[in-house]
Amino acid sequence: MSNAISALDGKAFVGFASVSEAGLQGMITVRGDLKSAKMKKAVKAATGGDIPAPRRIAMKGNKGAGWMSPDELLILVPYADAKVTVEALAATLEGEHALVADVSDARAMFRIKGAKAAEVLMKLCPVDLPKLAEGELRRTRVAQVAAALWKSGNDEFTLVSFRSVASYVFGALETSAQPGSEIFPA
Amino acid sequence: MSTRLSKGGRLIDRTKPLNFSFNGRRMAGFSGDTLASALLGQDQMLMGRSFKYHRPRGVVASGAEEPNALVGLGLGARFEPNQRVTTTELFDGASAATQNHWPSLDFDVGAINNSFARFLPAGFYYKTFMFPRFAWKHVFEPIIRQSAGLGKVPQERDADRYEYAYAFADLVVVGGGIAGLQAALQAGRDGKRVLLVEQTAHWGGRAPVDDVEIDGKPADEWVGKTIEALGKMENVTLRTRTMASGLYDHGYLLAYERIADHTPGDDRPRHRLWRIRAGHVVTATGAIERPLSFAGNDIPGVMLAGAVRDYLVNWAVSPGDRTVIVTNNDDAYRTALALHDAGLIVPAIIDARTSAKGALPEAARAKGIRVLEGRGIAKVKGTKRVTGVSVCTQAGEGAELEFIACDAVAMSGGWSPVVHLWSHCGGKLIWDTERAMFRPDGTKPPTGDDGKGMATAVGCANGALTTDEVLADVAKQLGGKAAKTNAVAESPIEPVWIMPQGAGPELKMKMWLDYQNDVKVSDVQLAAREGYQSVEHTKRYTTLGMATDQGKLSNINGLAILSDSLHQAIPATGTTTFRPPYTPISMGAIAGEARGEIFQPLRRTPIHEWHDANGAYWEPVGLWRRPYCYQRPGESVHDAVNREVKNTRAALGLLDASTLGKILVKGPDAGKFLDMLYTGVMSTLPIGKCRYGLMCSENGFLSDDGVVARLSEDTWLCHTTSGGADRIHGWMEDWLQCEWWDWKVYTANLTEEYAQVAVVGPNARKLLEKLGGMDVSKEAIPFMEWRDGTLGGFRARVFRISFSGELSYEVAVPASEGRAFWDALHTAGQEFGAMPYGTECLHVLRAEKGFIMIGDETDGTVIPQDLNLNWAISKKKADYLGKRAQERSHMASPDRWKLVGLESLDGSVLPEGAYVVADGVNSNGQRNVQGRVTSTYYSANLGKGIAMGLVKHGPDRMGEVLDLPGDGGKIFKARIVDQVFYDKEGAKQNV
Amino acid sequence: MLTLECPCCGVKADETELQAGGEAHLKRFGPGASDEEFDGYMFSRKNPKGVHFERWRHSYGCGKWFLAARCTATLEVFGTYPAQTSAPPADLIAKIKAKRPTWEGYQ
Repeated sequence: MSNAISALDGKAFVGFASVSEAGLQGMITVRGDLKSAKMKKAVKAATGGDIPAPRRIAMKGNKGAGWMSPDELLILVPYADAKVTVEALAATLEGEHALVADVSDARAMFRIKGAKAAEVLMKLCPVDLPKLAEGELRRTRVAQVAAALWKSGNDEFTLVSFRSVASYVFGALETSAQPGSEIFPA
Repeated sequence: MSTRLSKGGRLIDRTKPLNFSFNGRRMAGFSGDTLASALLGQDQMLMGRSFKYHRPRGVVASGAEEPNALVGLGLGARFEPNQRVTTTELFDGASAATQNHWPSLDFDVGAINNSFARFLPAGFYYKTFMFPRFAWKHVFEPIIRQSAGLGKVPQERDADRYEYAYAFADLVVVGGGIAGLQAALQAGRDGKRVLLVEQTAHWGGRAPVDDVEIDGKPADEWVGKTIEALGKMENVTLRTRTMASGLYDHGYLLAYERIADHTPGDDRPRHRLWRIRAGHVVTATGAIERPLSFAGNDIPGVMLAGAVRDYLVNWAVSPGDRTVIVTNNDDAYRTALALHDAGLIVPAIIDARTSAKGALPEAARAKGIRVLEGRGIAKVKGTKRVTGVSVCTQAGEGAELEFIACDAVAMSGGWSPVVHLWSHCGGKLIWDTERAMFRPDGTKPPTGDDGKGMATAVGCANGALTTDEVLADVAKQLGGKAAKTNAVAESPIEPVWIMPQGAGPELKMKMWLDYQNDVKVSDVQLAAREGYQSVEHTKRYTTLGMATDQGKLSNINGLAILSDSLHQAIPATGTTTFRPPYTPISMGAIAGEARGEIFQPLRRTPIHEWHDANGAYWEPVGLWRRPYCYQRPGESVHDAVNREVKNTRAALGLLDASTLGKILVKGPDAGKFLDMLYTGVMSTLPIGKCRYGLMCSENGFLSDDGVVARLSEDTWLCHTTSGGADRIHGWMEDWLQCEWWDWKVYTANLTEEYAQVAVVGPNARKLLEKLGGMDVSKEAIPFMEWRDGTLGGFRARVFRISFSGELSYEVAVPASEGRAFWDALHTAGQEFGAMPYGTECLHVLRAEKGFIMIGDETDGTVIPQDLNLNWAISKKKADYLGKRAQERSHMASPDRWKLVGLESLDGSVLPEGAYVVADGVNSNGQRNVQGRVTSTYYSANLGKGIAMGLVKHGPDRMGEVLDLPGDGGKIFKARIVDQVFYDKEGAKQNV
Repeated sequence: MLTLECPCCGVKADETELQAGGEAHLKRFGPGASDEEFDGYMFSRKNPKGVHFERWRHSYGCGKWFLAARCTATLEVFGTYPAQTSAPPADLIAKIKAKRPTWEGYQ
C-alpha cells in the first residue's frame, strides 16, 4: 500500500561497513506445535521450505522461516504478501492450537554489509559473532534492546528489532560503524 | 640531576623528537618516551605534591604502580586529571599540568601541612570533626570540601568516542612478558583460540631490561620471534595497550584498550572496553617491586631499583650521577651493574642482609662497587632532591655510621606477584615465607560455572623469581618444554619492613608506606595501638592503599607493619580485598556507546515526527516519548493544555494512543486463562464486545488495567497501559510457562504492530463518517464494541471505547500506515475543529470523569477495592491472581484509605501528593495522616481545581472538609466530594 | 556476570540476556489456603549458602522461562532444565549430591 512507510524509510549510513534500514518487510509470527503435520504443510505453503531446525533460519528467494523458540517461528515474505500469507497460514492451521499474527509493521529490519560487518555487531551484542554460522538465527540484545540477527550472506548480516526503537538501533549501528573504529584494522 | 644519556634507550627513536608542555613550559622528548622518561630526561624530577601534606614528590616507579607522579593531561574537551606519567605515552603537542599545589609546584602554600604532620595522624578527621555536631555542616565540611579531591574536574563535554567489544576465547593470556608470550605460544600451538593482552605498548615485559638471554638469544630477539610466530597463528589475537582490569564470574574478563590516548583527535575511539568471556585465563601479570621503609624514602630521587633500571635501559635516562642502591635481595644489584656499565657512579650498595655472597653481589664487587652488608639507610637527606644518605646498621636504631653524598637512591624491598586478577573472583593466596611474598595458591583458584578453576597464574605472577623459574612454570602448567636462559642463582631475600629495625618514632614518622595518601609507618602502628586489628579496618582508618594506585606499592609493607605491631604472623593478618579495576579506567569506557542520542533506547510511535514538527512538549512514559501537549507559538504549556481540554470536550481531539499495550491471547483455554489474570470475567465476553479489566499481583495489589476485546471464539485482545505492555506480556508468559503449562494458550505482543488514534469529542463520528468505508453509527458500533473495516482506505479496527467520557473511537491501523492515517484524520478533521491533544489533556479529561490511572491512583500498595472498583471484581469466580491476598485481614479492613473526589474550597489546585492530616501526632512526633492526594489538576472545563485522593473512610465522609498542608506552611482546605466531576450520567459518551 | 545455558534454545546466554525470577518450584496457594500457607507461598523464600534452585527467563533470547540449579557461594552451575516441572529432575539431584556430598538434598 502506498501509505505504508517502514520505520526509518530506508535510512542508510556508510562507515567502515554500511548500515541500512531494509524497508518494508513482511514478517509473521506463528506459534504452535512445530512438529505437527499441519504446521509443516502450512510453512511449506507459505515459504516453500521446511520448518527450520532450532536456532536456524532458511531463506528461499524472498521467503523463508526462522526458528524463534520451541513453539514459535518467524515467517518472512514480501511485505505485500503478508496479509494473504497470514490468512493462508491460519486457514491451514485451522482446527489446531496455533496463533498466527502479522508483525510486519511491529518491527524494523536492518542490513549490515561489508568485510568488517561483524565488527559493527561485535561492539553491541554479547554474541560470539566470528563463530556465528551462516543460517544461524541468534536472538540477543543490541546494546539495550532485543534483536534477532543472522548472517544473511557473505559479509552481510540482517538484524530485526522492534519498530519503536528503530532510531535507537540505527544510531547504535551507525556509531559502531564509524570509520577509524575498526576493531581489527587492516 | 636526572638527564638523558647520549647512547642507548631501546624504546626511544632519537630521530623523532617530540615537543610537549609541562606546566606551560615547552619541553622535548623522543618518540617512544613516556611522559615520565621525557620529564626525567630534562631533569624534571619534581612531578607533584602528595595529597595530605603536600610534600614534593618525584616519580618512584616506571609503570602502572606509580603513586606520585599524577598530572592533569590534555586541554579543554580532552582534559583528564590524575593521569600517571609513567603510563602516558608521549605524543607531539602533549600538555601536562601538575596537581595539588598552590600557587605553584615549586612553592606550595599547602606544604604547611607538612610542618603540622605530627598533629595530623591516622584518624585525624574521625577524631577531630566529631563535635560539636552543628559544626560539621557549617565549619568542617566546607573546609574539607575545599581541600578534598585530587586533580580538577573536567569542565567540558568529552570530545572523544568510546565503545565496547564483546569477545570470546578459549584462553585469555594477560601480560605480554616472556611468561605470557610462552603461554600464548603453547596454547596457540595446541589449537586453542587465544587472546593475549598487554597493558603497555611493548611486548616482552622486564626481560629485555634485565639482559636476559633465552635459547642463547637476547630477550628482545626472542620476543620478536615469538610475536612473529604468534602473529602467524589465525587462532591467536594479540593486543597491546590493553589492560585486563577485572576478572568476574564465569570467566567474564574486562579489558581496557587505550586506542588513541597517544594519538588524540585522530578520529579513532579513545578507549574500548573489551567484555570478554574466557574459557580460561592465564595471569602472567608479573610482579611489582616493593619500596623499603626508611626515613625520607619519599624524597624526589628515591626510586624503585627496577624503575631506575627501566629508565636507564628503555629510555636512556639516568636519575642522577651518583645513585646509592639499598636492598634486601639480589635483584637490585642488576641496577647497580647497569648504572655502572652506563658510566654512572654507584657510591655504594647498602644491603640489609648480613651477608651478600651470590653471583650478582660478586659481580658488583668485581666491578669495584662497594657493598655494605648488614647496613641500612637511617635517613635520606634533601627536600626537593636527594642530596645524600646517612648509613646505619640495619640491626640498630639509626646512628649514622657514614654519610654518602648522592643524587638518587634506588631501593628494593623485594617483589610482590601481581595477584589482582587472580584474587578478584575468589582465588586464594598463600604467604611464601622464604620468598617473602603472597603468591597464588594453585590449589584454590577462582572457579567458573563448571566448578573448576578458571585461572592459572604463571611466571612472576605465580611467585617465580628467575627467568628459568618463569619458563619452567609455564611449561609445567601449560605444557611444552622450557627454554634455557642465562639466569644466575640468586640468594634468598631477607624481609625488611622497617629500616633500621630499631628505628625510633622520629624516623618512623618519615617512613612512607602509601605515598599518595601520605600514610606512614607511624600511622599504621598508631592504628594498631588504638585497637585496630583487622587489616580492612586499618586500611580505612589510615587510608592506606585507598589512593588511586590502590596500594600497589604499599599494601604488603603496610600489612607487614600491622602484623608486627599486633605480634602475629603476616598470613594471620591477611591482605585487603583486591577489587577491580586493576588500574583506573575512564568513565567514558564504562559508558561505551551509550551517550547522546543513544544514551538509552527512546521509543517512538509512527507519528513521532509529526508531533515533533507540531510543537510537541515531550513527556517520557516508560521509554516512550509522548506529547504532553502541543504548544502553539507564544503559548504556555498550561495554556496549551487548557485549550486542548476545552476543544476536545467542545469539538474534536486526536490522541496518538499507539503506545497502548496490545496483547493477543489465543487458544482453547484463553478464556479460562484471562479469568485467572483479570479480577473480572473475560470468558463470557461476547465476540465483538469490549470489557474493562483489572489485573492484580499475587499480593493483591492493582498492577494494570485496560480494555479487553474478544476477537473470535478463542481469541482476545488485551489492552494494557503504555508503560505496562512488556511487563504484562512477560507476566502472562510466566504463568503460562511456569504454572499452567498444560493450558492451551498462546500470546503475542502486538503493541507495535498498530498505530492507534483516539478520535474524541462530539464531532468524532462526523470525522470518521467523512473518511468513510464503514458504518460507525451508534447502532453499528455501540459503546464498548469493536468492528473491523476500512476508513478512508485504511484497514482499520475501530473500538468504541472512551477514557474521556466523550463520544470516542480508538482506531488501530497498521503501524506503517499510522502516519498517513493521522495526516488523513488531521486534514479531514479541520472542518470539525480537530486538534491533537497530549497526555496531560488525557489526564484532565479522565480525572474530570473520575477514572483512575495506574501509577497515579496506584503505587503498588493499592488494591482495586480501595478504588471502589468492586464492580470490576467478580464475586462468583473461585480464584483469580490476587484474590487470596485480598482476603487477608489487612486487605479486608474497613479502615483502608479509599478513593474519593477532593475539591479545594477556594477552587485552587491541590498540591500533588499532599497528605490529609489528622489530629494528634505519632510516636515520632509527626502529624498523624488520614489520606493523600493521588491526582490533581486544573479543569479548564469546570474552571477550578479537581482532585482525587485516598482517604480513611472517605466514601462515608462526603462533604467533610479536610486539611492538606502544602509548601511554606500553607494549609489547603478541601471538601470530600464524588470523584466524578463531569457528566455524572455519562450522557456524552453514549450518543 | 553469570552465563547460563537456556535449555529451551541451547544458547549459552550472558546474564545481560537473562532476567532473574527468584526461587523455583514454589507451590501456589490461592483462595481456601490458610494464612500460613499463603504467607509461605507469598513471602517465605529460601536463602541458602550453597545449592539453590532458581527461575530465569531468556528474555532477550527465546523468551522462555527455565530453571537453574547453582551454588550461591561459588556460582557453580549444576544444570538448567525446562520450567514445566514441580521438582528438580532426579539425574540433576544425583549430580549435585555427587559434587556436594554434605548437601541435605532438595526439600
